[in-house]
Amino acid sequence: MNIIVCLKQVPDTETQIKIGSDRQSIVTDDIKWVMNPYDEYGVEEALRLKEKHGGEVTVVGLGPKRVTESIRTALAMGADKGILISDEALNGSDSLAHAKALAAAVKDLEYDLIFTGQRGVDDDLGIVGATLAELLNIPQISLIVKMEVTEDGKSVKVERPIEGETLVITSTLPALVTAQKGLNEPRYASLPGIMKAKKKPLDEKSLADLGLDSADFGAGARKLKILELTSPPSRQAGKIIEGETPQEKAAQLAKLLHEEAKVL
Amino acid sequence: MAQGVWTIAEQRDGEIRKISYELVSEGRRLADALGQDLTVVLLGSNVKDKAAEFGPYGADKVLVADDSRLEPYTTDAYVSVISQLVKANEPGILLLGASVEGKDLAGRLAARLDVAMAQDCTAFAIEDGNLVATRPIYAGKAYAKVTFENSLPQMATARPKVMSISEPDPSKSAEVMDAAFTLDDADLKTKVVDVVKDKSGKVDLTEADKIVSGGRGMKGPENYNILEALADVIGASVGASRSAVDAGWRPHSDQVGQTGKVVSPNLYVACGISGAIQHLAGMSTSKVIVAINKDGDAPIFQKADYGVVADLFDVVPALTEEVKKYV
Repeated sequence: MNIIVCLKQVPDTETQIKIGSDRQSIVTDDIKWVMNPYDEYGVEEALRLKEKHGGEVTVVGLGPKRVTESIRTALAMGADKGILISDEALNGSDSLAHAKALAAAVKDLEYDLIFTGQRGVDDDLGIVGATLAELLNIPQISLIVKMEVTEDGKSVKVERPIEGETLVITSTLPALVTAQKGLNEPRYASLPGIMKAKKKPLDEKSLADLGLDSADFGAGARKLKILELTSPPSRQAGKIIEGETPQEKAAQLAKLLHEEAKVL
Repeated sequence: MAQGVWTIAEQRDGEIRKISYELVSEGRRLADALGQDLTVVLLGSNVKDKAAEFGPYGADKVLVADDSRLEPYTTDAYVSVISQLVKANEPGILLLGASVEGKDLAGRLAARLDVAMAQDCTAFAIEDGNLVATRPIYAGKAYAKVTFENSLPQMATARPKVMSISEPDPSKSAEVMDAAFTLDDADLKTKVVDVVKDKSGKVDLTEADKIVSGGRGMKGPENYNILEALADVIGASVGASRSAVDAGWRPHSDQVGQTGKVVSPNLYVACGISGAIQHLAGMSTSKVIVAINKDGDAPIFQKADYGVVADLFDVVPALTEEVKKYV
């Protein structure tokens, strides 16, 4: 099986997010960048499928040069090749543009499956996977927690939890799967894996290398315009319930939830 | 000229899901601000009789696409039909619900239409005739106010249980119309082959009106029965923090937080949960937040409307008894 895994970097989830003075972007000075957690599930699933069915896993990363580190991590976990799409002109692009760049890198490769994370934990949009699938004219199956490929390698069976039930869905291949938490537990790269990764091919491509016009990318080409970034809406300060004993506090809480908050 | 507000209704097994009424109510407010019509698009099989439900909530028209291949939901069928309707009718604004399938549909539909899409929005407004959407980013550590450029219809999904449902006016009715579309079987590449209902029978966390949630302070899986007892009395679903799920105490499907479910109940009771930013990401739009934790310095108290600094093993059983007076 030939599998492609798309990944990007995001701020580590412990990071304190500060809004820049332009109110259009965040301050990136002290950020620890990591592979988007949902993309990790994609890498791991691709490796498991390779171990079971044979074939090759290619990792495609998008973003600044530092994304190379995350591609190397995926190679150290066991992926075979890496591609980094990096270009100044990509800065400030929206999801549609990112998907366009990925599609250009991927369209001439051989693939049975493409993995993306279900969303990036930076913008929390979850659009790139679907858009990439549309540009490649393949089905997308999103938010998947379990999957298996049929013996003949021509179709896939997956599970998607929705509200109150789990759907079992089949799809023809090639297809794009967006990985959800629960799909697997990603492995740690071993030391031998890290050493081997240094010798694995990692190509860098600019927008021009991919035959793309930089005018279609960047902040100026955005269809989703950011008007302003703000701090989260503040909640009114709450009250600490008084009482001598836990029982008294419980009684007071119940009373307030009924009389004041009116939720009981 | 693109105009009109459209909302996509969500139904399952022929029953209209609550998010649909949230969308119609919000859609009505936006349509009024624009002085335009509100159309609800309803897809399914044998669902035409449900179309009448939307008039009282403010829909001017309901477009019904009825076909056996539209039940259950599949990305391919729904994207094909809705994109045909959009191209034929050119609405200005298109809203969907940010449920699991809503997000799946919205992403692919936006790509099919080559338009931008704002996902999981908590507020909408009209400014200069354009949709302005407010949405959390970085797990709610910041909020983004966004709008659309060279992108019609202006598409967004609404976070479930945030937009208020208006009082229905039974005197109002909508014009129900059959949608014109074609569906080619060759375009339908995915198939739902089985549906496994959740055994608990409890309301899914993302749809629950009340949630009682336990974290590391629960000390072990066997103690969740005290939360279940409280939940049973007040009619709540039981959630968990990531610590509890990672420790194997509760299943993934119970996790509330950045890498779990985003919930927006009327009441969220956090027991033994410290309130890490990743957990807050999953419940910060709850209407009323209660925190029960013996550590008075726990960050959760910054976000709680009511805080009880005490041992949850004393407070929760006592609370279970006390609330019986009110339910």
